[in-house]
Formats: sequence, C-alpha cells, structure tokens
Amino acid sequence: MTKIKILLAASIALAPLGAETTVIRNATIMTVTKGTLKGSIVVRDGKIAEVGEKVMEPADAKIIDAGGQYVIPGIIDCHSHIAVDGSVNEGSVSVSSMVDIKDVINPEDIAIYRALAGGVTTANILHGSANAIGGQTLVLKMRWGKDAQGMIFEGALPGIKFALGENPKRAGNPQGGRGATTVEARYPATRMGIEDTIREAFNEAKAYKAEWDAYNAKVAGGEHLIPPRKDLKLEPLKEVLEGKRYIHAHCYRADEILMLMRVADDFGFKIRTFQHVLEGYKVAKEIAAHGAGASTFSDWWAFKVEALDAIPYNAAIMQKYGVVVSMNSDDAELMRHLNTEAAKAMRYGGVSETEALAMVTLNPAKQLGIDNRVGSIETGKDADLVIYDKYPLSDFAKVEKVLIDGNLYFDRDQDVTGRAARQAEKQKLLDKEKQNQPRQQPQRRPGA
Amino acid sequence: MKSLAILIGCAMAAWAASNDTFVIRNADVYPVTGAAMKGVSVLVQDGKIADIGAKIVAPKGMRVVDAKGLRVYPGMIDSGTELGLAEIESVRESVDTGELGEFMPQLRALVAVNPGSEHFGVVRVNGITSVMTFPSSGGRGGGGGGGRFGGGEQQLIAGQAALIHTDGWTWEDMAIERTAAMHLIFPSIAGRGGRGGGPIPDSVLELISGTAGASYTQARHTYEQQIAKLNDFFDQARQYQKERAAHAPGFKTDLKMEAMIPVLEGKVPMAVSASRASAIHDAIAFADKQNIKIVLLQPRELGQAAAELKAKNIPVILGRVLALPEAEDDPYDQAFTLPAEAYKAGVKFAFGTFDNEFVRNLPFQAATAVAFGLPYDEALKAVTINPAEIWGVANELGSVEKGKWADLVITTGDLLEIQTGIKHLYIKGKEVELTNKQTRLYEKYIAR
Repeated sequence: MTKIKILLAASIALAPLGAETTVIRNATIMTVTKGTLKGSIVVRDGKIAEVGEKVMEPADAKIIDAGGQYVIPGIIDCHSHIAVDGSVNEGSVSVSSMVDIKDVINPEDIAIYRALAGGVTTANILHGSANAIGGQTLVLKMRWGKDAQGMIFEGALPGIKFALGENPKRAGNPQGGRGATTVEARYPATRMGIEDTIREAFNEAKAYKAEWDAYNAKVAGGEHLIPPRKDLKLEPLKEVLEGKRYIHAHCYRADEILMLMRVADDFGFKIRTFQHVLEGYKVAKEIAAHGAGASTFSDWWAFKVEALDAIPYNAAIMQKYGVVVSMNSDDAELMRHLNTEAAKAMRYGGVSETEALAMVTLNPAKQLGIDNRVGSIETGKDADLVIYDKYPLSDFAKVEKVLIDGNLYFDRDQDVTGRAARQAEKQKLLDKEKQNQPRQQPQRRPGA
Repeated sequence: MKSLAILIGCAMAAWAASNDTFVIRNADVYPVTGAAMKGVSVLVQDGKIADIGAKIVAPKGMRVVDAKGLRVYPGMIDSGTELGLAEIESVRESVDTGELGEFMPQLRALVAVNPGSEHFGVVRVNGITSVMTFPSSGGRGGGGGGGRFGGGEQQLIAGQAALIHTDGWTWEDMAIERTAAMHLIFPSIAGRGGRGGGPIPDSVLELISGTAGASYTQARHTYEQQIAKLNDFFDQARQYQKERAAHAPGFKTDLKMEAMIPVLEGKVPMAVSASRASAIHDAIAFADKQNIKIVLLQPRELGQAAAELKAKNIPVILGRVLALPEAEDDPYDQAFTLPAEAYKAGVKFAFGTFDNEFVRNLPFQAATAVAFGLPYDEALKAVTINPAEIWGVANELGSVEKGKWADLVITTGDLLEIQTGIKHLYIKGKEVELTNKQTRLYEKYIAR
C-alpha cells in the first residue's frame, strides 16, 4: 500500500526546470520592500535577476504570462510540524535538547505538496511542545520531490524549541492526579518549575561552555590536552549561549513570556522568536526591548485556558510597539492559506497591506535570519515566488503557480489536468493489487 | 393645548427611544433573494423589516442610520456549531456538547446554551446573527465519535439541535426554533488513519490483507449491528406512536419515544452526520426505509451520492471548506471544491463551520468556495437564505425582505471579503454593540 501511495504522490511532482531563465510577465508584483508595481520579473540561475515595469527579456527565456495576476514572495511559515516522520515530541524528559528534527525529516509527506499549493516555499520545522527545552529545529524549503537533504535551507541557522505553560507541565500532572496513577509525574508541574528547569539547564550549559572555552584557550596556547567530554544535551545550549542557535519559544501567557526574557537576560542570550505568543500584546513593549520576534496565530483562541485572552488584534498591537511579527500555522491545513491569515491583521487592528503581507514573507524571513535570501521580491534574492489569480490578501484568491529557486514546483493547471491520469494509474495499481490478493491471503485452515 | 403637546412629546420620545424601530438611509441593499438595490432606505418597525425602497419617508423623530457608501446584508447563519454549549475546548467542565448514551433524542441543546458565553460576542462582530447549535457536533474526527467528551460510548442519536440568535438575555430569548433538527450520527466503518490524515477508503480497505483485513471484517460487522439497532429503535418509536394514538391500555409515557414523534411525523428533520459517499448512500437508504425527512451534515465527499441527494431533494450542510483532503492521494483542493461540486449536481446546501472558536470565519470559508469554482451568489445564499429554508424559517429570516426579522449587517464592502469592516449589526431590529471581550482587551492594551 505504502508503495502505491508514494508512486501516486511522486507523480504529482513536476520535473524541476533546471537553471533556465524565466520571465513572469504582466503581473501585479507586490515586492513587500519596494512597493507594488505592474511589470515583469526575470529569473536566472534560481535568483531574481530583474524586477521592473520594463525588463530585458532574454531571448531563450521561458515566459509565464501572469496577465491580471499577482506575484508575491514565497510564503514563509515560521511554525510547522509537517514533513516529520512520526511523532514530533520526545516527551520522556523535560530537557530534550539532544534530539533533532533533522533526523526524522520525511520528504514524501504529502503535506509538503499541499503547503506548496498554498504558496508556502519555506517553513521552520519544529519539535513539539512537551518539554520546557525541546528538540533542535530546522528550516526547509518545500522542494517537493527532493530528498530530505535537498530540502534543507542552506545556511539557515538551526534552532531549538522551548515551550512554556500548559503543554510542558502536562506530564507533571498525569491524568488522575499526581500519585493516583501508574504513570509517574515528570517534573515540572507548574510554571515555577518550568523556569527552574530552564535555569538549571543553562546553569549546566554555562559550566560546560566554560570548560570548553578553557580547553580551547589552552589548546590555542599550544598545550596538548584531552578534550572535555562532549555532552549532546548541553551542546545545543552552548550554541545558544554562543549565538549560533536560535530559540523558538512556544508560549501563551504574558507572565511566562516575561519570565523567559528575564532568564535569557540573566544568562546573556536572546530569544529569537516567541511562538504563538497569544498574550504578547500585554508585554509588547518588553518583547520589543528584548529584540525578540513574535510568530502568532491570527485568530485562534479559547481552545485551552491559556488561550482565553487571545485576541485577533495581537499581531497589530505587537507590530505597533515595534516587534517583528509573523503569522504562523502550526497546522498542515492552515498552512495552505497564510495569505488570508495575513489579511486578518488588516481586518483586526488595521495593519497596512504591506505590513500584513510582510507578516507571512519578510518578517518570518527576518525571524529565521534568512531575509538576505528570501522574504521579498528584490534583485539578487532567491526566486521563491507565488502567483495568485487575484489580489492575494483576500479569501477569494487562489494560488496558480509556485516557484522555488526559479523552478516551478506547483502549477494548478497541471495539477488539475493531471488528475484523470493519476486516477487511472491508481485504478491500475488497485486492480493489480486485487489480482495479487488470493496469493496474499493467509491460508485458511480447513473447516474454518 | 399644553397637555396635548406634552403628550405628543412623550409619545415621540418613547418612539425615538424604542430600539427596534428606525430607518437606514442611503444604503446599498443586498437582499440575497433579489438584485441589489443602490441608495435605498430600509424601514424597520418593531424589529421587522417594514419597507425597502428609494422613496421611504421616515416619520418625523424616527431614528435614522445614515449608511451612505455602506451595504446592508441579512445576518449570516452558521448551520453547524456548538455555540453556547462549550466555552474552553480543553476544559471538560466548560463543555456540554456530548452526552452519554447511544439513543438520546430527548436531549435538548437549547437548555444548555449559556447566553453569557464569550463566544457569542466574538461571532457577532463578524456578522453572524444566528446559528444551529448541535449536541455532539464535535466537528473533529467526524461522526460516530460520540462528541469530544462522549465518555467513549458511541452515540447514534445525540439529541435536538436548536436554531438560535447570537444575542439574547436567556436561551428562551435566543431561540428561533427550539428543535430545528434531531442529530443522528450515522454509523461509519472507521478505517485506520491513512497517511494523509483521513481514513482509508473502503475500496482500499477491502484489499488490505492480514490483520487489517480482519479488522475491516470486524468493523463491517459492528457497522451492520449498529444499523440494525438504529432500525430497531425506529421500529420501537413507531410502535409507541401507534399505542399512544390508540390510547392503549397500560400505556406509559417514555421521554425518548416522545421525542421521536415529531421526527416520525416529518415535523422535525433528522440531521444526519455522514462523511463518505458510501455512508451517505446508506444514510439515504435508511431515511427511505424509515420514511423520514433528513438533512445531511458534513459530507467530506459526494461522488455518486450527489445524484441521489438531488433526486430526493435532500439538503446538505457542508462542513469546513478549509479542510485537508480525506486521503493522502485525494486532490489537494478536495474540500475547497466540494461546494462547487454540490452546486453543479443541483444539491441544495448551506455552510456550517462545525466548530466553536472558528464560527467567526464562516464568511471566509464561503469565499474560499468561490475561489474554487462556486458562483458568488450561491456562496452568499449558503450563509443566508438557504439555511433559513433548510431549517424551515425562511418566512422569518435569511434575506432582506418585507415582513422578516431585521437581522441585518451593515458593512463597508462585500460581506464575505476578509478585509470588509462591519459597522452595525441588528438582531430582531435591536442594535447589538460590536464589542466583545477581545475588543475590550484591545482597547485596554493598545493604550498601555
């Protein structure tokens, strides 16, 4: 069965065009950084070579006529769990920094193709939220059809997931109450314990880093020494202290957001992004002062107690206080229409069109430290582009084509016209499976 | 003379103060049941629409709402929610959607509607003036699960769904139809989860050999048993109905059976949750056999069942448009295109969000269906006049027409467009403030 599915899924993939030159013509181009214009985009060697009302069209260029259509930069989802093989949580310990999402990337997850069909070209793939300090994270481009290695966003700094509030304390409060069950409670059980867990871990990491720093200094001084023991749990935290790894912290309530920033201040590191951050609007000044980004939901609320004060104006308020804000999905379905999630920031709180669009393009790029490569339509940036049939900050728009590195990875026309053939292929495979059926049936016992 | 003047003054004051009598001027009225009328007035008297036209002369002293440049639409109706029955999804104590028991027709959603629920205010500001609230509608995981908190027991008849306004002092105030439908969660052969998140289709399930094949046989057996039980229950109800009519000696009142009589008499439709085409086909066959009126809820596919639905005039409440495909190899836009498919097949339908927190996104779901092929007017009808007709209240609501309740929304633009602002909202002619917990938090923290 699995084989059949993989075959079908794979057949949806378009053959990458290679490094040919493409011109997208006659489009309304929403660049995010340089306004909106009617014109063309020249794509060469996977990069945006030219953007303008009039461009030099190379003679051999492949032409995409986008008359009446809109082009925006590829959408970037700063919080996703797609393309992960199996469970995203390693829930046995409260500090699980030794585990890495990179080890479980599944490039055949159909959610990748579906995200592409919703205009997503890059996603931050995170570990789950069961631990105060969770696993290592990874930035992927939605290069459907490539292997796991081929999907990795080259050069993007890796991250680590932190989680505050109800989720990481859940294992401390097993069903039936502490002590009333066979499942042993896992520390911590409260927000107090979550702070302590993070402090204890960085206390260790600091000592570990000091040990290595001392060793490195001595080696640099010409001494020959046995290196300290490598600790796979502390190594990523050491990288955090060295500014080589980003912290993406799942959080909801204002108190816990403030807590984490103060812990970070004490140990001298930064929180790169607060994720979900539904009460971020209550501590927007503090978040802005810390320099953290905020990646939130547009309008999720009331699904749990810590989401009771969530408001759809969250993004607008944080933005007003100077926080770099993005809209994320955390969900394989929502991921497919982040353009409308951005539009909700216009509806709730009156964010401008460009600011709203930036919340799903340039801002998440900044948060992931990849805005030199993606997030806007500018010469020299990666040709990650989405073509919509209509004005994209509207729920009446749909994605027509998606390019990553200048290659066409999604084309709605081809998807739709190819359906009959895929259906026929599926039927053929099913029929074949049916023919094989008698041989595969377990032997019936006589008389059974 | 003096006393007469005072009397008139009093009368006028009373009139001016009465909050369900007023005139809307200079509006573009979109009645849904007819063509748009530009720059007209709507006269509302005692909560009902008294007149619509260009030449309405408002009696002197009557409150005037100037709607120049604005549009007037009928309030939207969500045909599948659990509003009022659930507050915080993860807190059992705050959720009253799913009761214990297999056959529970005597349960009434209406009596458990909490008029003070924060959800009503949140939903209203997006122009939704009435909703169907279902016992055990769940919406996550489809029918057969007995609701989110169904105690693990499989529910078949979950109880009576109510059609309510989204504002009122008490549930009695809010009620439009106390028992608008009886909710039947049609049994299903639930396969194991497929890789795309949905169940494995029957056609494929049958092919799976070994233990999975055995579990399919078992599931099929359970399914048949449940259908038999369901038929038994209806037979009992019919027997009861006969004995009751005949004043049979020793007749005892049975509340479950009493609740079934309006269904048997065709006065209350059975709202049947069934997601797959095969289940829909079986549900239709069941309705035929029992000679009952049904409304189909939340199909995830229609296939050949569409023709049956059309032939038998069975209306459908389409569930979330913004949903993932059922199976891994289903088209990515399966749920987006389902409304267009229903329309092309001539099936009458309305939209339901089958949710609580996301009811406010009803118009955006309707718009997505338009992006994927549904004619615009049909999407608008599916959140206004169609549900009013399906739930038997089209003489009272669902359009801007003389004699109907003034359930009206005044907007800055297209009702279904995400960026449109809602300026005024009226329920039974009473202006409802467009504030809620979330707007209050916004006001508080934007001014920090």
